[in-house]
Amino acid sequence: MKFQDLSDLALRNLREALLRNALTTLGVAVGVASLVAIMSIGVGLQQFTSKRLSQSGLFDTIFVTAKNNFRGMGRPQREVQTDKPPRPLDEDARRELEKLPNVIEVYPQVRFFTEVRFHNKPYATVVAGMPDSSRNSGAFDGMQGNFFSSASANEAILQIEFAKDLSDKPPSLIGQDLTLRYAERQAIPAAGGDSASSAGEGGGFSVVPKELHLKIVGIVETEPAAGYGGTGNARLLIPLDTASTLRAAQVNDLRDIVRGSNANKTVYPSLSVRAKSPSQVSVLEASIKNLGFNAFSLLDASKSLQIFFSLFDSLLGIFGGLALTVATLGIVNTLVMAILERRREIGVLKALGAADSDVRQLFFVEAGIMGFLGGILGVGFGWLLGRAITFGVNVYLKRQNLNPIELTSVPWWLVIVALVLGVVVSLLAGLYPASRAAKLNPVDALRYE
Amino acid sequence: MPDTQPAVQLDHISRHYKMGENFVRAVDDVSLSVGRGEYLALLGSSGSGKSTLLNLIAGLDRPTAGAIVANGANLAALSPLELARYRRNTIGMIFQSFNLLPRMTLEENVDLPLRLAEVERSERAGRVREALERVRLTHRTGHRPSELSGGEQQRVAIARALVNSPKILLADEPTGNLDSTTGEAILSLLRELQTNLGMTIVMVTHERPLAERFADRLATMGDGKLLSTAPTTRGEAQ
Repeated sequence: MKFQDLSDLALRNLREALLRNALTTLGVAVGVASLVAIMSIGVGLQQFTSKRLSQSGLFDTIFVTAKNNFRGMGRPQREVQTDKPPRPLDEDARRELEKLPNVIEVYPQVRFFTEVRFHNKPYATVVAGMPDSSRNSGAFDGMQGNFFSSASANEAILQIEFAKDLSDKPPSLIGQDLTLRYAERQAIPAAGGDSASSAGEGGGFSVVPKELHLKIVGIVETEPAAGYGGTGNARLLIPLDTASTLRAAQVNDLRDIVRGSNANKTVYPSLSVRAKSPSQVSVLEASIKNLGFNAFSLLDASKSLQIFFSLFDSLLGIFGGLALTVATLGIVNTLVMAILERRREIGVLKALGAADSDVRQLFFVEAGIMGFLGGILGVGFGWLLGRAITFGVNVYLKRQNLNPIELTSVPWWLVIVALVLGVVVSLLAGLYPASRAAKLNPVDALRYE
Repeated sequence: MPDTQPAVQLDHISRHYKMGENFVRAVDDVSLSVGRGEYLALLGSSGSGKSTLLNLIAGLDRPTAGAIVANGANLAALSPLELARYRRNTIGMIFQSFNLLPRMTLEENVDLPLRLAEVERSERAGRVREALERVRLTHRTGHRPSELSGGEQQRVAIARALVNSPKILLADEPTGNLDSTTGEAILSLLRELQTNLGMTIVMVTHERPLAERFADRLATMGDGKLLSTAPTTRGEAQ
């Protein structure tokens, strides 16, 4: 029989036992739906996690320190290089790092603890400088307000918890001013008009209190790249250049003094190197080490995270698959019943010249149609179920004063997989009934009342 | 009228099967030849094996022993698929209980063999109409079988059997479910079609008077054996 005639007959047969076939189809739909819902949670969680992680900037960033940095303390010292003195992480080093291939930007960690005044009330907080490139890192997607208008604007972005401290209605803060109070260090020339070469020694610096007015331009959920700073999460973000020019008293200053480095010449305690994509991080990391610096990244953590999620997804898939198995048995049952009911009809078809293969295909197509419709319905149900779960979770999160999250995600591949699975599983379920119907002896079938 | 080669040639055929403990010889060493364009009536009491014989000719069943040559083809040598094709193109069948598919309209029932034969859609409607006209059923063709009388249903069944222009029409007690007037009408329709289309008809019946009136030859069976064959007066006249 031609496919068109076959499917026409199959649809007609399905319509005849409408209730039973609808229930069977619904069974498939429920199976597919549970699979889709469960998988969408897996996928959603994975997307949520990796989005958070990529927003954090941890995976495309390499953290560079000088070899002799005290950060290495407590770790066993690797091969001590005696032939070369350790390279300082200065402006030259920064330029050299910037020239490496696939580097977007090299920026220092500028963060300091200071006092902020808003409506004449003091707040103590950590301020961090944001490199201009973080504008496009995805970290500021979904922020309220705007990113800094320029790399050295006197503008501020508030972390949401800090914004909540400042006002009951955080969005109303955008456009308002706040005052940053900071201590500026000013080098004191060494006594006796010594030359610049000996500026650091014998000299010192005085700390001068200063104020800077900042305009609040935006509010963001978390600080990007918050993992490395060492001073906790910053709650007030300002452009990196603005932060640098403040030359605020940073935590490492004392160490610089102890080490006796030049107070005028900038030596960075650490530099962050942002790669174009996480895939280039490991190569870049190796070449930075070749330059004579310490470098490390969190790429390995991301790899094991992916392994975890693929395991997690397959585990979820097994549970969804169980529901689909039950639906398969429903199809087998329905079609076997249909054979008993349509025995005589099968006999007539054979008497009229239907080959075994025609009868087999007819039952096969019926199973396939139920599977396909069940698949479509199931994808819809599964999506709704996912939305419902997300909604429920978000209601809970809201009660806990947490931000809503997108818990489930139904990507297009999941839709295709679910549809294909619905059809394939139904066809498999149709194998046995179809071959049984095809093998029916027409003489017996015609005698059957 | 009959061609030199018979339409159906049965050569020492037997159909035995086991039913529980019993060994049943439903058809036992029957040899029979049906000429082209002949109208043969198979008579016999129930259980005499006449329906089994008809199923063997129809290719719905295979003989335990012996050979059946129908329309030049040795049925024993045909694969299941070829046998299905034989049923589709060479044989038309009608039954005592009509065996129309209850969920289909009359037209759709008649269309069914054309679907199985993969006839183009454009051609089908015309052939269905033509077949229905032959059995003089042109109205209510969109109705379902249950809305028709028994006689009308049997005429639809005949149209369905004819639609693929078979060489051989096999009828299994075609009047068994009909009253005598309607039964006669059906048999005279069959006779008319046989004459007009030059078909060979093998009809199983237990109504000897009707068979004598419409068939060319009577073959009587008993206990699976062919007891006698004799031409009817009509057959002798030819």
